[in-house]
Order: sequence, then structure tokens, then C-alpha cells
Amino acid sequence: MAVLTMKKIHILGLKQDRKAILEYIQSTGTLQVDMALAENSIFKRTNTNASITHYERRSANTEQAIDILNTYVPQKTGLFDSLKGKEDISQEKFQQIIADRHAYNTLVAKIIDCGKEIETAKAGIAKYTLGIEALTPWLSMDIPINTFGTKSTSVFMGSLGPSLSVGEITGILEARLDQVPFYVEVISSDRDQTCIVAICMKKDEEVFEAALRKEGFTRSSFVSSRTPLEKKKKYEGYLKNFQETIDSVTKELEELNEQKGDLFILADYYRIRSEKYQILGNLIQSQNTFLITGYIPEKKEKEIQSHLQELYTCDVEIEEIPEDEQMPIELSNRTFFAAGEGVLTSYGLPHRGEVDPTSIMTLCYIFLFGLMLSDAAYGALIAIACFIMLKKYPKMTDSLAKSLRLFGWCGISTLIWGVLFGGYFGDIVDTVSEAYFGHKVTIKALWFVPLNNPMKLLIVSMIIGLIHLFLGLGIKGYQQLKHKDFAGFLGDVLSWFLLVIGLIMMLMPTSMFASIAQVEIKFSPSMKTASYVIALTGALLILLFAGRSQKNPLARLGLGLYGLYDVTSWLSDLLSYSRLLALGLATGVIASVVNMMAKLAAGDSPFGIIIFILIFIVGHTLNLAINLLGAYVHTCRLQYVEFFGKFYEAGGEPFTPFKENTNYIDVTRK
Amino acid sequence: MSHLGIVFALLGAAFAVALAGMGSASGVGVAGQAASGVVSEDPSKFVKVLILQLLPGTQGIYGLLVGFITLSKIGLLSGNPATDMSLQTGLMIFAACLPIGIVGLVSGMHQGRTAVASIGIVAKRPEQFAKSMLFPAMVETYAILALLISILAVNAIQL
Repeated sequence: MAVLTMKKIHILGLKQDRKAILEYIQSTGTLQVDMALAENSIFKRTNTNASITHYERRSANTEQAIDILNTYVPQKTGLFDSLKGKEDISQEKFQQIIADRHAYNTLVAKIIDCGKEIETAKAGIAKYTLGIEALTPWLSMDIPINTFGTKSTSVFMGSLGPSLSVGEITGILEARLDQVPFYVEVISSDRDQTCIVAICMKKDEEVFEAALRKEGFTRSSFVSSRTPLEKKKKYEGYLKNFQETIDSVTKELEELNEQKGDLFILADYYRIRSEKYQILGNLIQSQNTFLITGYIPEKKEKEIQSHLQELYTCDVEIEEIPEDEQMPIELSNRTFFAAGEGVLTSYGLPHRGEVDPTSIMTLCYIFLFGLMLSDAAYGALIAIACFIMLKKYPKMTDSLAKSLRLFGWCGISTLIWGVLFGGYFGDIVDTVSEAYFGHKVTIKALWFVPLNNPMKLLIVSMIIGLIHLFLGLGIKGYQQLKHKDFAGFLGDVLSWFLLVIGLIMMLMPTSMFASIAQVEIKFSPSMKTASYVIALTGALLILLFAGRSQKNPLARLGLGLYGLYDVTSWLSDLLSYSRLLALGLATGVIASVVNMMAKLAAGDSPFGIIIFILIFIVGHTLNLAINLLGAYVHTCRLQYVEFFGKFYEAGGEPFTPFKENTNYIDVTRK
Repeated sequence: MSHLGIVFALLGAAFAVALAGMGSASGVGVAGQAASGVVSEDPSKFVKVLILQLLPGTQGIYGLLVGFITLSKIGLLSGNPATDMSLQTGLMIFAACLPIGIVGLVSGMHQGRTAVASIGIVAKRPEQFAKSMLFPAMVETYAILALLISILAVNAIQL
């Protein structure tokens, strides 16, 4: 349950050292630089935009080259490659790539050119393939395309409406023309158009064309002195050339691909540099000095301070962060509890001075998740999968590792709840033993079977819900006591504890409760009186203290009454925990349905066992997937809405240290 | 006429599964359309929008749950159906199945629309995924309450 304590740090150094100092800070990644320092008459910002743009362009170019290699020289990628994380690169290798960066820039330019060449060739292929397609209807025409006529005749090439024959066209034209000799030949005819060549005497050219146009004639748009067949051959020659270009360039890229690893390093180097210049542009500098102000975790301050003062002429001052300033938040929990940090961060980081609820929330998360999924076999599968992946890919990103660890523990919790409720792939043991071994074997539930006694699970869910809500309220109380807000503690925390406990005690001896819980609880008269007293005290405290922000006594009383109305929200919060029952039952019931379907489909046939296994695998995979999603979403909901609603305000700014934000590599340091 | 009881009981199971299933199908359907739009722009958001798309799918499962409990209650699954069930008992089971059927239908459709809006959040601000997931989960509360009453009622009816 902890947030790292941050200190404010000021570094005043000589301008000549500024790049070296910044690079050192960047490599440690422990200092968040305050970018908002105001300029004054001595300290000014310098413009580093040119450098930033330079490095960003280099970085973008390198990325583009990597993209091109990825596209044209595909690598075999495994399903879990994204888990592998960044590659470790030694300091020497990193420095060597940086030293050779000009040679690599040439390489990058070459790869980008190759990419462009392939793109051009591909565009060409697309263009001429279309060209050939357009020529296809004309292939049987054996005169050059740009034949417009002879000395005394005119030739028209073009298309008319769909599926016409020579006879039809001649008929139509003869009806339109009076005494005009002409000749029509159909080159090809399909559902879209009829390609024709028509010849008439030169003197009749205009009348004839007008008649043709009336029928929807359009001249073909080709321009060429070749026949269509020759033109097609020419196009095919182009296509072949383009394909050869693509092949040879791809081969070239394949050779260059061997240096892709170096390009990864190069891209990251440029990225690191451009970020350095961004910070540099935000520092204020005088003629000979520069000033960095920032935030640093308390435990790192000594290391940074001594290193800087040893190597450079500079002044390092460290102070507490002033009360009125935001403190950047970095969570710090033990490995087990840190698993839930991702869930917490998605909701929001605690603000300054607020308790970090990660550890309690993680425990609750694991507990509730297991109850919702509650199947021993599913739990074992999840836990094994998560822990194997954690073991196999130790360099995966931190946040991913945390999530996997969380779900690994959730799996174990699911396993335990499954054993308690007797769920192993639903009722697979019963089904298989009955179908294939003749007599029914049941693994007894260690506690009880929810489907046989849903009321019991409902009560259990409500009790768990109550504990969860009280935990949240307790944290609120702890916080208020810590900040010495005693009125708040009385009015917002203690009062509700009393009221809720009192109300529940009043409810317990009633017949309604007895019918739900199937146990009758008898309270002695003094206990009954006690319950009324407790509830009333709570209500009175709320009435008096809920409106404590108001000076006016009437308004205060009014707000107090409104505060009492919150009883309804407690009721709905509690009822919300019935989803534990609903989701818990859903997993088991659907698993049973799958088993039953498998059994029915398998029947008595000799291949039955194969069908059984197939349905078993597909059905249970689907059930696991959908219930896993359900358990994840609804556990989050219970945490965010019901639990956090009781105490957690969030709204903290994350600690974002100035560091080497690499995409591909980690530079190892000794 | 004396054997109509089990018919109504079965009708109840059918209503629970069919109505809740329709609600989920509609909800998952509209959310899926929105999700496809996001993936066509940015395939890296696939997992997030898939999760949001699946949120309205639970009503169908709840319907199935009640349907299954009903079927096993009236003995259709074990092969000796309670054919001599009185008309009154049958109608009671029918009534018990109605909450999850009706609420499943309506909440499934509305949860679908909320999921569409949440997919909109993920499209613009993917870092707010956790919050976007909560809005559809709010709608589901009422399906869970209906499921609760249906299960409790079916379970409590004595044959």
C-alpha cells in the first residue's frame, strides 16, 4: 500500500555540460522534468525545433525502411512474439551503430528507394493489366487501332449497346439512313457492349456518324498505330519487365534484411535523441548556465546528486514538494500486490495524500474473480497458462507481466472456489463416468453445490459484498482519521457502519430473512432493542454530520436528511453483488450443457469418443472465453463502482520520468 | 387438458432463452458493426472493441441458464418429464421465466447501444478503456437482478 515519496530537485549546471547531464538523466530514467518553468530576463528557452525535426525525420525514415523490410521480406512470426519484449543490446554495440550512423542512413535511403521502385512497378502492373483487359474485346480486329479511313472512306471503331448482331445493327442504321452505303462488322459482343468497326464513304461521314451516335455509339479511346494484338503483346512485355524489377528488388531487400536488427537500434537512437532535444528546448538557460527543475523519487536522490556533483560543475538542490503542488504518482507495491496496479491505473491513480488501495483491491479482485468463474479445471488452465508465459517470456513489458500475474493468481483462486463448489469442467466427471464406465462418480463439493442451493450462495454473495463495502468504508475512515477529520469520520464512516449493521440486525429475526436464508434466527428482546439503538444512533449521526459543510442549521439538517437517502445506494450496492451468484452459476451450467451435448452427440457409436472430445474442446473453450470476459468485466465493475465508490477519489498525475523511450531495444548498462 | 402444466413450463423455458437471446443478438449485433468500423481504421484496437462487443452477450447466457434450470426442474433432461404437473404449477414456472426473458430482451438491446457509445470512446481515447467498459456493465445490473428473481422463483416452486 504505497506510493513512492517524491522530492523536488533543482539542478543548476554549466551550459557546456547540458547535453551530457541530460543524457545521463535520460539513461537513468528517474527524473520527471518540469517543463513549465517561466522565462525571465536572465533565463530564456532556446529553440531546438530544428534538431527535434531533424531527429524525428531520421527516426521516421528508419521506421519506414523497417516497414518496407517487414512488408517485402516477411518474417515468420509466432503467436506469442509480442510477449518477447525488447531485445537486449550491449553498450558497445549501441555505440558502434551510432558511430556508423551515416552509413546506416545511406542504407535507409536505399531501402526506401527499393520500396518506391516496387511501388512504381506494382502501379505499372495494375495499369497495364487494366489496359490488357480493355483491349480484350478488340483482339480479333486485325487493323491498326488508329485507322481513321482511306482516301475515300471513313472508319469508325467503337462500342454500341449490349449484345447486338451485324443484322440488327445494319437494320437499325438502314432505317435511319437514306441511300447511304456502309459496312459494319462486329468484333465482339457481350452483356455490356458490342464492339464494332463501321465503314462508310468519306462524303457521308457526318450523316453516318450522327446516325451511329443516335444509337449510343462511342469511339474507342485507344491511341496506337498497332493492332490490338500487337499492343497486347507490348503490354505483356511491360508486365514482364515490371515483374522482373519486383523480383530483383525484393531479392536485394532480402540481402539488406540482414541488417534489420541494426536498423532497430538506429530507429531507437534517433527516437531517444529527439526526446532529449524536446526536453532541452524546454529548459531555461542563461548565457553560461542552465536550470533543470523536476521531481525525483526519494530513494534515487542520493545517487543522482552524488553522480552529478562528482563529474560536473553544478549545484544540485533537493527539497520537499510544496503543499500546494501536485506530486507525480508512482505506485510501489510488493510483486504480489503490484499485479493489480494495472486495474487500479485504468481507474485512476490516487491523488496526493490519498491511500493507495492497490494491495487490498488486488486481494479482493482475486477473491471475487475466483468466485465468479468457480471451476477448478478452468482455474488450473488459466493459472498454468499465465505462469508458463511469465516464465517463458521474462522480458515482456512490465504492465503485461503484471496482468498475467494477476490472472495467474485469479486462476488459482478460481481453482480453490471450484473445489469448494465441486466444479470440474462443469460436471465432466459425472458425465464421463456414467457414459463410459457404467457407474456415476461424483467429486463431492468441499462446501456445497451452488446449483442445488442457490439461496445459500446468494446469502454468501451478500455477506462477501458487505465485507467488501465495509472494507472500502474502513479505508475512508482510516484516511479521515489520518487527516484528523473527526467530524467526517463520525458523519461519513462510523454513522454508516452503525446504521447498516443496525438495519441488518433488525432484518435478521424477520420471517422474510428466514425464508431466504432457510435458517430462523431468534433474537432476545434486548438484542432487538440493541439493533434499534444502533441503527438510530447511526441515522442520527448522519442527520447531524452529513451536512456539516453548511453553516445554516436548517440547510444542514436538510442535507443531513438527504444524506440518509443514501440508504438506497447501499441497498443497490449490496444487491449488485448478486452478480457473484449469477456468473458463478452461469459457468457451471453452460459447462454442464456442453458436457451433455457432447454425450448426446457421441451416443454409442464407435467414433463417439472422438466426437465427444471435439465437442468437449470447442464447447469448453468458448465457455471459458466468455465467462473469463464476464468475470473480468464484472470484477472490475464491483471494484470500480461499489468498492471505490465508497472512498476512492483518484485523479493523481502519473510520474513520467525523462527516459529512453525505445520501441525495439533495451541498452544494457554495467 | 390436465397435462397442459408441463407445456406452459416448457414455454417458459423457451421464452427465457428466446427473448434474452434476441436481446443479446441485437446488442452484440449493433456493437459489432461499430467495432468493425473502428478496426477498419485501427486494427490494433481489435481486442478492446471485441471485449466491448461481447458485453451485451451475457443476457443470452442468463436466458440459457434459466432455461436449463427449468428444463432440469421439469425433468425433460433426465428423460422422465413431469407430465402430471398441474396447470397451476406450469403457469407458475412460466411466470418465473418471464423476468429474465423480458428484461434480457430490453436490456440486451440497450446495452448494445451503450456498448456502441463505449466503442466510440475507445476509438478516440483508447486509454479510457476501463471506464468505457463500465457504462455497458451498468445496464447489465438489471439483467442480473431479473436473472436473480427468475432463478430464485424457478428454484422455489415445488412440483
